[in-house]
Amino acid sequence: MRSAITLDSLMPFFGVVVLILAGSVFFPQVLSAGYLTQQLQIAAFLGLLATGATIVILLGHIDLSVPWVLTGAAILSTALVGTGNPVLSAIAVPAALAFGALIGVINAMGVAILRIPSMVWTLAVNSMLLGLAVLNTGGFNPKGQSSPLMVAMASGDILGLPISFLVWIAISLILGYVLTRTPFGRYLRSIGFNEKATFLSGVSTPSVLFVAFAIAGMCSALGGVMLAGYANQAYQSMGDPFLLPTIAAVVIGGTSILGGRGGLFGTIGGALFITLLTSILSVMQIDDAWRNIIFGVIILAMLLFQTLRKGAVA
Amino acid sequence: MLDYMRSNRREVIAGLVLIALLATYLGTHPRGASTYVMTIWANQCLILGLAACAQFFAVVVRGIDLSVGAVMALTNCIASYLLDGSASGIAFGMVAVVAAGALCGLLNGVIIVFGRIQPIVVTLATASVFIGIALLLRPTPGGAVNYDLADAMTLDFLGIPTALVITAVAVVGFWLPFRRTGLGLGLYALGSSEQAAFQSGIDTRFIRLAAFTLAGLFGGLAGLFYSFVTTTGDAGIAAGFTLNSIAAVVLGGVLLRGGVGSLVGALAGAFILKTIASLMFFSGIPSLAQPLFEGLILAGAIAIGGADVLRARNKLEVYS
Amino acid sequence: MTDIRPPLLEMKNISKHFGATKALDGVDFACRAGEVHAVLGENGAGKSTLMKLIAGVLQPTHGQLRVDGQDVALNTPQDALRHGLVCMFQELSLVPDLTVRENLLLGAPGAGLGWLRGTGLSDAQDVLNRIGGDQIKMGARVADLTLPQRQQVEIAKAIMKKPRLLILDEATSALSASVVDRVFELVREARDGGTAVLFISHRFHEVEALADRVSVFRNGQRVETFLKGAHDYGEIIDMMVGQKIEELFPQKPAGLSNAEVVLDVRSFSWEDRVKDVSLSVRRGQIVGLGGLDGQGQGAFLMGLFGLLRKADGTTAIAGQTSDITSPKVAKHQDIALAYVPEDRKTEGLILDQSIQENLELAALGRTDLDAGDAALYSGSLDQLALKHGGLDLPVSSLSGGNQQKVVLAKWLALKPRCLLLADPTRGIDVKTKTQIYAILRQLADQGTAILLLSTDYEELIQLCDETHVFFDGAIVASLKGAELTPQNIIAATLNVATNEAARHA
Repeated sequence: MRSAITLDSLMPFFGVVVLILAGSVFFPQVLSAGYLTQQLQIAAFLGLLATGATIVILLGHIDLSVPWVLTGAAILSTALVGTGNPVLSAIAVPAALAFGALIGVINAMGVAILRIPSMVWTLAVNSMLLGLAVLNTGGFNPKGQSSPLMVAMASGDILGLPISFLVWIAISLILGYVLTRTPFGRYLRSIGFNEKATFLSGVSTPSVLFVAFAIAGMCSALGGVMLAGYANQAYQSMGDPFLLPTIAAVVIGGTSILGGRGGLFGTIGGALFITLLTSILSVMQIDDAWRNIIFGVIILAMLLFQTLRKGAVA
Repeated sequence: MLDYMRSNRREVIAGLVLIALLATYLGTHPRGASTYVMTIWANQCLILGLAACAQFFAVVVRGIDLSVGAVMALTNCIASYLLDGSASGIAFGMVAVVAAGALCGLLNGVIIVFGRIQPIVVTLATASVFIGIALLLRPTPGGAVNYDLADAMTLDFLGIPTALVITAVAVVGFWLPFRRTGLGLGLYALGSSEQAAFQSGIDTRFIRLAAFTLAGLFGGLAGLFYSFVTTTGDAGIAAGFTLNSIAAVVLGGVLLRGGVGSLVGALAGAFILKTIASLMFFSGIPSLAQPLFEGLILAGAIAIGGADVLRARNKLEVYS
Repeated sequence: MTDIRPPLLEMKNISKHFGATKALDGVDFACRAGEVHAVLGENGAGKSTLMKLIAGVLQPTHGQLRVDGQDVALNTPQDALRHGLVCMFQELSLVPDLTVRENLLLGAPGAGLGWLRGTGLSDAQDVLNRIGGDQIKMGARVADLTLPQRQQVEIAKAIMKKPRLLILDEATSALSASVVDRVFELVREARDGGTAVLFISHRFHEVEALADRVSVFRNGQRVETFLKGAHDYGEIIDMMVGQKIEELFPQKPAGLSNAEVVLDVRSFSWEDRVKDVSLSVRRGQIVGLGGLDGQGQGAFLMGLFGLLRKADGTTAIAGQTSDITSPKVAKHQDIALAYVPEDRKTEGLILDQSIQENLELAALGRTDLDAGDAALYSGSLDQLALKHGGLDLPVSSLSGGNQQKVVLAKWLALKPRCLLLADPTRGIDVKTKTQIYAILRQLADQGTAILLLSTDYEELIQLCDETHVFFDGAIVASLKGAELTPQNIIAATLNVATNEAARHA
């Protein structure tokens, strides 16, 4: 296995450096440790979602159920804590993760067994989860609260580094190892390139799909738990604004939307870049409209740069 | 006739489902099959229907357009400035709104074709740009649309909802002739087998550009009609329409792998989705359970469509 | 041939490289109006690349094309069509989801992007009627047609364009003899009307029947061009292959009838495509599966490898009855089957990955092997003489023959008891073929049982110890020893008596 660090995956990191330097020209506080650690803390939420999305996209699929897996996990965990029962509070986080894995399995059933395009099936699963959440909460913001553990995961710090960031990096390292050093990781990429040839090589491709979607569901759920810890509550539609930035973070990190090519290292850069871009645009008090435009143009520019560079090589 | 039914099996099934749903809806509606009820129903259906048409043109060439909702939001905001005043001004405004949609689509197409980037990623990014421009125009919902015009487009014509008349014009006046042009055929050829299309002497780049421009144009039409229904401009409408337009084309029998399906199917799929939603409203199902039922029906319909593969006896057939 | 006009089409010093592979290397070639020019060569000799250059599908790396003595650049198929160069491709250029009528309209002369009038359709219908395609409905979807019907539509589509140069690239491979005769009649008419025809076929009697001149290609170069009749069959074969056929194949060992049975299949049936097939393969045997395309032999191999649902029959491996439900089960060390699929590009390899990664993919799931161990592959790679610039290069950088070597090496690493091969030498150059034959025979000698599906009669005769011929899902003939003759095999593939088959050969 060759290095997971490619020029494509380094690009968002260059982008991060450029953003920090350019931002500091106008706002010196961008260079402060306080600001930067806060960015790491916030980037972790997007980063966890993007970690799961990377695994699914490497397979050549996409998971559009991220928003309501996230919201569902947040509602479930805060509701369990909200009961005040110490046992239920203690299992809040594992229960949310199990919920994420379960939805991942349901996603994989449609994709691996019924062979429904993942874009359609995960969208349908997303709308079922939305329906469940509405039925469950009555359409109001759900009652409940976050446990100290959830708050600590989202807002605590160790030796000055945000715990959320450390959790994200730890998970990226573990999954990065799985992706680059185990047969499962090899199968994942092979399926992304050519599922038929992988199956014919004696690989149980459906099992790989099931595991991958389950991991992605757990990542989304963990993101939801931490966001609930950050806000000390769950709220309706809290996941919706994350779907497109998640995909953008993965793609900017050099992972091909067609599958097979890419990895988690680039995704870390992608999530940092998008978080920082959003933050600096809002620090500069650029209004929402221009933020959207600049956001879109910069993503396009980075993608064009990627393909043009390849065009020059080929 | 039987041959026709067989080769348009998907559209026929979608049409039958729609008729059954509509009959149930009108049967359960407290005010029955009145023009009023039909008009409101048809307006809601046509908005999503036009969005689904936009999505159809991207999907039929094996692409996807995540900017459909954003184009609608942008053209809706443009419409809220241009559709008031003198008759000629309004006429120009309508053309400008649709042209703006087509321009958005052309931009998508240019980046996809010449930048060689996947449609899903390109339209994800341009959607953000379009919404940004829409927000520049209308930071908060507002503006106005000429009421006489809006009424004319959204009420009824000799007792038939205008929206249904527009639907019929779109199918008979545009789609059926379009399907018989070289461009119409080229879209299918490109989506079904790019290699075969290329070897047959089709200019695949031009066709792909045209497909995305048409997607933008129909997005503009959807935004325009949305403006007639709501008579205000709102930059925040994008998200729901994009995802629903994908669900609609799939329900209407358009295959995401490209080359299969029709505008009629896309319209039928959109009408089905909206009719289900309306049906829920009067069905006596607790309102809180309605989104769940909508989701279950959507997932169920898609899963039934996918159940075909369980009958494949050669395991390699499912990989393609 | 005292024609003083410039040739209709002329190619000067044309080369086409794909990465390191030279598909064509400095070729001069010319074709005149009013002649049928046959192009012969082994698979991989560069014939199809030549045709694609003329059709504007590919562009040459070096060299110049001339039409009527004028330099031209054919950058797209439209450019070629504009010059009247029309190709009927081996890989059909029909769009599967469109109807026959729509396919005929697609890219028809003067069609453009506007309203389609369908003026050429009656011509196409006439052509279809003449070549026995009158039962093909204009409204039928191409995906629902049989392969011969698609070829008929493809022929009509090409002829309705009224070409100045018509390329027939294996255009009649699936058609029956009587239909082929009618197609030829049509082609001769076009030739007499001044059309130049380039004709590629593997059937010698077709070349004999139709061609005026013949060019032979080998390894990307034109060996010789001559008038039909200037060389006999044997000489042409030698020219194509570059050596005598008998030298290609290793010596067959004598007497294996007592060796233990490795693979034993009883009453294998599936849908109505494979009917009650029983056969066995002994240690050291190479057993051939013959027959026309799609007679059930391909499905049978897939079934053995666990790719078919609801197949009936029993399979025993080394005496143990085994229920093989998937490739994962089939490759397990207790069973140890290996399957080299027919289409190496989409089924055998992952083109975007490196040679090394492709080699390891099958061994990864075997608990008794360390897939990262280079020694697993080096033996067979050395023996097959894989030419590569580094194992970490993408497998797509290799030529077709070398790609097939990678597929073989990937499975040989698992030390299979029984090797299932689906036409492993299709589209591969002669040298690689010889290497593959050698390693197969050597594997057999070392005790591997080999089941070889082939469309090449020579392989079934020269390489196999026994050959079963399929027709309509069943084995209609099992030939060995002296019975293994071309006549017997051809007779069996057509399911007719031997003397009747002589007329078809």
